[in-house]
Amino acid sequence: MPFETAPGLEAGVLLASILFCLGLAGLMMRRNIIFMLMCVEICTNAAALMFVVAGAHWGNADGQVMFVFVVTLAAAEVAIALALVLQFYHRKHTVDIDQLNELRG
Amino acid sequence: MNFVFYLTAAIAIISTIMVIFHKNAVHALLYLVTSLLAVAVIFYQFGAPLAAALEVIIYAGAIMVLIIFVIMMLNQGDSTVVQEQAWLQPTTWVGPAILSALLLVQLILLVSSGQISSTQTFHYIGPKQVGIALFSHYVLAVELASMLLLAGLVGAFHLARRRKIDQGDSNNAI
Amino acid sequence: MQGLLAWVPLLPLIGFLLLVAIPLFYSKEPSEKFVTAIGVGSVGISALLTAIVATTVFWQNPGEVVNIALWQWMLVDNLELGFNFHVDWLTLVMLMIITGVGFLIHLYSAGYMREDPDFRRYFAYLNLFVCAMLILVMADNLVLLYLGWEGVGLCSYLLIGFWYKNPANGAAAQKAFIVTRIGDTAMAIGLFLLFFEFSTLNIPQLISAADSSGANSQIITVATLLLLGGAVGKSAQLPLQTWLPDAMAGPTPVSALIHAATMVTAGVYLIARMHPLYMLSETAMTAVAVVGALTLLLAGFSAIAQSDIKRVLAYSTISQIGYMFLALGVGAWSGAIFHLMTHAFFKALLFLSAGSVILSLHHEQNIFTMGGLYRRIPFTFICFAIGCACLAALPFTSGFYSKDQILLRAWEFHDGFNSLWLAGILGALVTGIYSFRVLFLVFAGSEGSSSSHCKDANNTVMRVPLAILATLALFGGMLAPPLQSVFGTQTWEHPAAWVEGVAIAMPLIGLVIAWGLSRQQQKTGEKRSPIMQFWFSGWGFDWLYENLLAKPFRNLARLNHKDIIDSIYKGTAAFSQQLNSLLSSSQNGQIRWYLATFAAGSILFLALLVAL
Repeated sequence: MPFETAPGLEAGVLLASILFCLGLAGLMMRRNIIFMLMCVEICTNAAALMFVVAGAHWGNADGQVMFVFVVTLAAAEVAIALALVLQFYHRKHTVDIDQLNELRG
Repeated sequence: MNFVFYLTAAIAIISTIMVIFHKNAVHALLYLVTSLLAVAVIFYQFGAPLAAALEVIIYAGAIMVLIIFVIMMLNQGDSTVVQEQAWLQPTTWVGPAILSALLLVQLILLVSSGQISSTQTFHYIGPKQVGIALFSHYVLAVELASMLLLAGLVGAFHLARRRKIDQGDSNNAI
Repeated sequence: MQGLLAWVPLLPLIGFLLLVAIPLFYSKEPSEKFVTAIGVGSVGISALLTAIVATTVFWQNPGEVVNIALWQWMLVDNLELGFNFHVDWLTLVMLMIITGVGFLIHLYSAGYMREDPDFRRYFAYLNLFVCAMLILVMADNLVLLYLGWEGVGLCSYLLIGFWYKNPANGAAAQKAFIVTRIGDTAMAIGLFLLFFEFSTLNIPQLISAADSSGANSQIITVATLLLLGGAVGKSAQLPLQTWLPDAMAGPTPVSALIHAATMVTAGVYLIARMHPLYMLSETAMTAVAVVGALTLLLAGFSAIAQSDIKRVLAYSTISQIGYMFLALGVGAWSGAIFHLMTHAFFKALLFLSAGSVILSLHHEQNIFTMGGLYRRIPFTFICFAIGCACLAALPFTSGFYSKDQILLRAWEFHDGFNSLWLAGILGALVTGIYSFRVLFLVFAGSEGSSSSHCKDANNTVMRVPLAILATLALFGGMLAPPLQSVFGTQTWEHPAAWVEGVAIAMPLIGLVIAWGLSRQQQKTGEKRSPIMQFWFSGWGFDWLYENLLAKPFRNLARLNHKDIIDSIYKGTAAFSQQLNSLLSSSQNGQIRWYLATFAAGSILFLALLVAL
């Protein structure tokens, strides 16, 4: 059953691209690890949007299935990441990611 | 209906920009929730009601609540705003902005290169279809996802435990 | 009987090994008596064995040649070398000198070195030296000879620097080692050349091959000149003579054994052994004679100016070996060996009695502080006087017979008056001057500053060798060895009587001059005229070598301090280190930096995708 309410595929893909690039930019420019986590969420979400748009375009359920997996992944990732943030803050008393540079060459 | 799409898309983009530039973590998080809700609306418009619902429930709900808890636990106070101000100098963000802009330009070029057919038809895919697909064809992936969640649970519990620094793992959590 | 000869070099080696290995079995240092028994005993038995073989095997038959094959040493392609000994009369003479005089000097050492803390080390080195020297003279191939040659060089180095706590002694040892190394290198090249030409290094085979082939005379000339280079280094001849005066830093019996009687004459032995090759090349013969003539004069004049008793004797040794080279150069082979033998007797005697003087004066060596010692140490005086008489070749001493033979042959060789003979005659005069000058300065005249506390240090083990050597030095002239079997029968008619007369007169004139010179020098003391100063410094050879070779080399080394060749490898290392630091600076631990490079990489690949 065609669904007439939506704009074109390109618009959806474009939106996903813009959101992803914004997330990536944020990831690179913020030093606060909490903000970086949020930016990671933006990127994941943009990828999920891409799946859904593509699934809708080709008319099968795989897009939304992948969306479910992406959400699962994001949930697990956020749980682990936040635990790491807590440990980091506990040890260094800061949320500055640049302080985590002990693996330098 | 296209008007609704462009409006929600604009809201998503603007609120995302606010996320990445905002100084206050809680405000930024609220903008992120806004952005996610806007994306949920877009999902609905693309004929994916299950995705829209999950976006609201899990993303905008559960995950954001998790982040806000952590922000509360860190409890850095008002000094954070000043600190973020200091960290977010133009010299810091110009480089990443240029890189991202370049990437975006390339993506737009790829999208508009005409390799994708521009048929305007979309298909409604309800929760039933998704559920059937999940538990028939993708059942193994579902099992793997459950394993992943379990591992995340155990890992989060282990990592978040507070130990005395500089002493072995045998010390008890507080 | 002949098999006993193999034990001759073996016994000193066993003695050396025993002395070295003693600390493995006893925790404390063995007594001097025990060390003496091993060190002197081993050489004594060797001397006894040599005497037995000489009387039983060689005496009846002057043409006897004994070959003893011990074992194979190396076999590479057509190079076959064995530990084989070849003993003929030439070798036998050397054997008797080395073991006989060596034994006497060992015996004397037991007295001279008494109460030295390194008594055992001293005898170990001395035994090793005797072993190496015996291998040198008994070898039937040039490589085995070279082994002994290097062995004696090593022992010489070790014994010059025996009192190593004084840095000057170490420097003298190094000088001796390095200077002789130059000659040894020439000799090694000579051996390569001979092997290349004749495909054998076995001495008898080599000689017959050279004789029969009528081989390329240029190759033989070059090879013999290179061997002469080795001989010049070892025998301290011009231009490599500078190490021997400094080598007097070692204990005096060492100077007697190594730097007078045996090792320094190895060069003479080498040339005498290889004489058929030298006879094929006129150039080489002339070179040998000229080297000998120049050296005997230069060293003789230097000896006149010296003030250290041992340095006088050192220069006289150089001068006398110059005589031997002169003899070799004019074909007086047996004369050279005869002089080698008598020289071993009287020079050992001189050194040992000089050692007695030095010991009696509590290690004073400056002859200007001595004088009038004949009353205090008459026995030493008599021995030294006999030695000086032989050295100056006064009539009817051993030195007279041997030196006379050389001078006559020099006259004969060039059919009458010639410059080589003149050099020899002049040298005889100079020899008379310096030998009697030192005798008079030390023993005659008024007493010097150190004469007053003179105490006769001779004990029995020192007196006995001195007495035997004095007898040998006096009457050794009658023991001319029958070397015709080795060198062929050489006859020459006697030259005019005046030639003989001049040769006899020269030492006597020298004696008179020396008397006047020593009278005058005892008054003036150690002050020297410029010419005397020049002679004192050994004709400035040390200065010349220092400025000509050592200094430029040191400057070159300093210039190349950082090693130009090395800079290539250092450059490679520095380059990779730079590269490494460049790459490692990208690994700065900043997650956002990694992310940026990741983004840049994505852009790059997408750009490729867009472009294609």
